[in-house]
Amino acid sequence: MTTPTPTFAPAPAAAPHGRMLAAQTAIEFRLQLRNLEQVGLTLVIPLLLLFFFNLPLLYSLGVARRIEFVVPSIIALAVMSAAFTGLAIGTGFERKYAVLKRLGATALPRGVLVGGKALSVLLLEFVQVVLIAALGLALAWHPHGNLLYVLVLVVLGTAAFAGLGLLLAGTVRAEVTLAAANLIWLVLLFAGGVAIPLTKYPHAVAQVLQYLPSAALSDGLHRVLQDGRGIPLHDLLTLVVWAAVALPAAARWFRWE
Amino acid sequence: MVEPAVEIVDLVKQYGPRRAVDGLSLTVARGSLLALLGPNGAGKTTTIEICEGFRRADSGTVRVLGLAPDDPALRPRIGVMLQDGVGGYREARAIELLRLFAGYARRPHDPGALLELVGLTDVAGTAVKRLSGGQQQRLSLALALVARPELVFLDEPTAGMDPQARRVTWDLIRRLRSDGVSVVLTTHFMDEAEQLADTVVVVDGGRVVAQGTPGELTRGGARGQIRFQTDPGLPLDLLLTDLPEGTRAEETDPGRYLVSGEVTPQLLATLTAWCARRGVLAENLTVERRTLEDVFLEVTGRTLRT
Repeated sequence: MTTPTPTFAPAPAAAPHGRMLAAQTAIEFRLQLRNLEQVGLTLVIPLLLLFFFNLPLLYSLGVARRIEFVVPSIIALAVMSAAFTGLAIGTGFERKYAVLKRLGATALPRGVLVGGKALSVLLLEFVQVVLIAALGLALAWHPHGNLLYVLVLVVLGTAAFAGLGLLLAGTVRAEVTLAAANLIWLVLLFAGGVAIPLTKYPHAVAQVLQYLPSAALSDGLHRVLQDGRGIPLHDLLTLVVWAAVALPAAARWFRWE
Repeated sequence: MVEPAVEIVDLVKQYGPRRAVDGLSLTVARGSLLALLGPNGAGKTTTIEICEGFRRADSGTVRVLGLAPDDPALRPRIGVMLQDGVGGYREARAIELLRLFAGYARRPHDPGALLELVGLTDVAGTAVKRLSGGQQQRLSLALALVARPELVFLDEPTAGMDPQARRVTWDLIRRLRSDGVSVVLTTHFMDEAEQLADTVVVVDGGRVVAQGTPGELTRGGARGQIRFQTDPGLPLDLLLTDLPEGTRAEETDPGRYLVSGEVTPQLLATLTAWCARRGVLAENLTVERRTLEDVFLEVTGRTLRT
């Protein structure tokens, strides 16, 4: 116990925003990886689903090489898991346990807090995509298309899903967020154009479902990675609209405690 | 002129039909320590949370370091210890959370040294949610201090602490004050207010019912008493001629005496000298000063839960 006694003489000053953002992103990212449910949801389940959907057991996908369809689907699923379900549940419980309230009494601006969350989700998605691509390549996946388009789709999809996730987490109780975020994830997986191609649905139903954020992201990724086509404007526009509605709505209705 | 650390005038806060704060005014001088003392539900936490910017006042004015409580420029300058737990990432380790908060400040304290100061070095790597209640309180205190604030709000800082941790915390709070930090704390421990505060403000029903230094409050009304035992039948009227006006003396039982009035060192000396001149030995002599608890009972008519 020989540490020199510090003086408490006041010397208050906030750190530069860049440093706060780095600190915030680092802790958010580390805590995401430390939470076993989160790791299961965002890393393990997508990889398992990638493996199983690639087996010609469940249903026909109507494609020559299953893996060409499955990898873009699983990337869309991974984005949805991290940016929507994972973010919503994590943030919901942070609200419940007064984490957000406590952070509100520090020098950390809310914008930097949200920025830190966004960056940590993007980092997680990077890890997800690397793992999914690695497993895909091991299963003889041949990607096509422009990687930049993939990046644009993933970032826009993240914005749309994160807006929806924060809207959910900021308005209802944490337990409700937990249940709803998992349920919506499951519904979108099967009915949102991710695991089952929308062409399997009746035309009229598919016409509606294609505007779901999951369907737009998934379709866009398929167009680029599976078909090697150019920028999927229709899907990008759909995601932009979702983001443009969800993010301001979350900002408007989010209750911090 | 330097603004007060906190200035509250006619603060009102209503929750539904209940007035949690009902016209409360107080001033915290720079560099001083003010204790808000009162029973549960007196409005202490509501008042402090309005100062911290968590809640809005319905009416009245609140200035903190000369600023409105919700002014973002205030955040880096104040340190906050919430009631009930740390309020911070529960899965984070104690040292991680302290480092994070240090990362928000330009010139923070060294997190490791601060953790040692609050006695948490051994649990630095433990997740926040696995710390005991008292350990969480101490971490919470460290989080409030790490950014070198000018003013700290401590909401029941020693709740849930064992006696030893309480002493350590008290020492720390005294050092804050002597290093020039302004402190506002809430407590329902009498001894805490008495030991630490420059100013004690007793609140009840959302109002200030008494305020002053601990000394002023306990001397106020000037009542105290001295009890002793010796031979029965002392001529108390003779004793009273030696004692200040207003002092009373009675023999409650044969050989048992009670002197009440403004108990000063002089009074005690006069009394024992008088006994000595008469050749009697005053036994079991006790001096009973008025405590803050007595004051509290007087002004609120209630006992505190301690």
